[in-house]
Amino acid sequence: MLAALISVLTTTGIVISLLEETIVFFGDVSLSDFLFGTDWSPAIQPASFGVLPLVSGTLLVSLVAMLVATPLGLGAAIYLAEYARPSVRKTIKPILELLAGVPTIVFGYFALTFFTPEVLRGLFGFDVAIFNGLAGGIIVGFLIIPTVASISEDAMSAVPQSLREGSFGLGASKLQTTLRVVFPAALSGIVASLVLAMSRAVGETMVVLIASGLVAQWGVNLGQPMETMTAYIGTTAKGDIATGTIAFKTVFAVGMTLFVITLILNLFSIRFVRKYRQVYE
Amino acid sequence: MSAHAEAIGRTSGSRRAKDLVFQLAMFVCLGLAIGLLVVLLVDVAVDGAGNLTWDFVSNFTSISADQAGIQAALWGTIWLMGVCALFIIPVGVLTAIYLEEYADGTKWYNRLVEVNIQNLAAVPSIVYGILGLAFLVRGPVELGPLGTGDPTILAGGLTLGLLVLPVVIIAAREAIRAVPPSIREGSMALGATQWQTIRRQVLPAAVPGIATGVILALARAIGETAPLIVVGAVTVAAFNPSGLGDIFTAMPIQIFDWISRPSSDANNYQPLAAAGILLLMILLLLMNSVAIWLRNRYEQKW
Repeated sequence: MLAALISVLTTTGIVISLLEETIVFFGDVSLSDFLFGTDWSPAIQPASFGVLPLVSGTLLVSLVAMLVATPLGLGAAIYLAEYARPSVRKTIKPILELLAGVPTIVFGYFALTFFTPEVLRGLFGFDVAIFNGLAGGIIVGFLIIPTVASISEDAMSAVPQSLREGSFGLGASKLQTTLRVVFPAALSGIVASLVLAMSRAVGETMVVLIASGLVAQWGVNLGQPMETMTAYIGTTAKGDIATGTIAFKTVFAVGMTLFVITLILNLFSIRFVRKYRQVYE
Repeated sequence: MSAHAEAIGRTSGSRRAKDLVFQLAMFVCLGLAIGLLVVLLVDVAVDGAGNLTWDFVSNFTSISADQAGIQAALWGTIWLMGVCALFIIPVGVLTAIYLEEYADGTKWYNRLVEVNIQNLAAVPSIVYGILGLAFLVRGPVELGPLGTGDPTILAGGLTLGLLVLPVVIIAAREAIRAVPPSIREGSMALGATQWQTIRRQVLPAAVPGIATGVILALARAIGETAPLIVVGAVTVAAFNPSGLGDIFTAMPIQIFDWISRPSSDANNYQPLAAAGILLLMILLLLMNSVAIWLRNRYEQKW
C-alpha cells in the first residue's frame, strides 16, 4: 500500500515542483505575455518571455515526426498483422522493440553527424543549416515508429478472424478487407497509438537538443535552426543555474507548459481507448 | 492470399495487382524502419570501432581528444544503476503485489493509482529531471552536497528510478497475474495465510517475469540523458565516485559533452562520442540478451 503511494507521490511531486516556481515566475511575467508573446529571449536585455516560438518549434518538429511515423508505422503494423507469416512476425517484432530501446542520444548523434550532412544535404541536395528542424523531426519520427507500429499491430491482431472471413465470404479482396474491415475495427487502438506517439515526440529532448539547434524561431522554416521546449530546458539547465534566478524559473514555466500538453494528450489517448474499444464475443 | 482467392473463385487481374502493390508498399514501410536502424548501427560502429580501445575505457576524460577516456562516466553509470535497482525492485514489486493481490479495483483510490501509473509512464523524461532538480537536489530533500547545488549519485539514481518505476510495476503486475489462481487457492486450502501464499508461492513463480522487467527498466535508465542534464550531472570529472554522496558524471552525459564540444581536425571529439555510444550499445545489448534469455529459460506454462 505504501509502495503504491510512491507513484502517487511522484505525480504530486512533479505537479508541486512545477507549480511552485511557475507561480513565482508569473509574479514577474504576465500570463498573457508568456502565452501569446512571439519573442523568446530570456537572456538578452530587455528580456522577453513569449513562449510561442518554443511551442511552434515543438509542434513543427512533432508534425514532421508524425508525417514520418504515421504512414511508416501503420504500414509496418498492417504488414505484420495481416500479411506476414507468424515466423516473420516473431522475428520482426523484437527488432522493432530494439529500435525503441536505442537511447535517444544515439539518434541525436546520428541526426547531426550522418542524417543532415549525408542524407539531407548529400542525397537530397537540400540547402539546410547544420542544425535544422527537418533532421530533428524526421529522426524523431523514426524514433516513434515502434510506438505506432507495436500498439496498432496489437489492435489489428485483436480483430477476430471471423470478421475477416465474413468479408472474404462476401467477395472482398484482401486489400478491401484490410482497409474497410480490419482497419476501422481497430481504429481506437490505432488512434491511441498515434496520440501516444505524438506525446512522445513532444517530450523528446536529446535529438532536438543535439540536431535542431538552439535558436527560438517564430516561423516555419524547417531548414533553419529552431528551438523546442525540451531543448530550451535541457540547454538552460545544463549550465549551473542558481536557484531563484529568472533562468531557473523559466525552466519550470516551460516545463509546466510541456507537462500540461503531454498530460492532455495522454488522458485523451486513455479515454479514447476506453470509449471506443470494441469488445468482441 | 491464395487460399481465399481460390475460395472466391475468380479474382480479376487488376484486383490482384492492386493487392500486390499494397502489400509491397506495406512491406517497404517496415523495411524503411528497420533499414534506418541498420544504417544507424553501422554508422556508429564505423565511426567508433577504431577508438574503442582499452585506453578509452581506462582513461579519464581530457581536453586533448586522443587521450580522453570514459572511465569516470562508466563508474558513474554503474553506481547510478546500482542505486536505481535498489530503489525500483522493492518499490516496484510491492506496488505490483498490492495492486494485484490486495487492492479492490472498484475503490476510487485504487483506480486513481492505476490511471496515475499509466500517466507517469508517458510523462516526458525531462520533466522527471525537473522533479529531481526541484525536490531531490535543491528542494526539501536536498541530497546535493550542501550549498553547491550539484546532484549526488543518490539523487541521480533516484531520479532515474522514479522515471522507470512504471516499467517495473507494469512488468511485475503481468508476472504476478500470470500465476494461476488455482496455485493460490491450493496454498490457502492448506492453511497458509495470504501473505504466506504470496511469499512462498506467487512471488517465486513470478520472479523470472519480474527480473526481466527490472533488467528492461535498467536498460532504459542507462541511456537516459535528459533528466541527468537537468539535475545537473557534471560533464568533466577526472575521478570515480566513491559513495552515494559524491558528485558524478555518466556515460550518456559524457557522450553528449563530446558531441556538443567544438571539434577541430587536430582535436576531434566526435570519434570519442561514437566510441562511447558503441560501448553503451554493447552494454544495452548484453542487458537485453540476459532479459530475453531469462524469459525463454524460465517461462512457465501453467
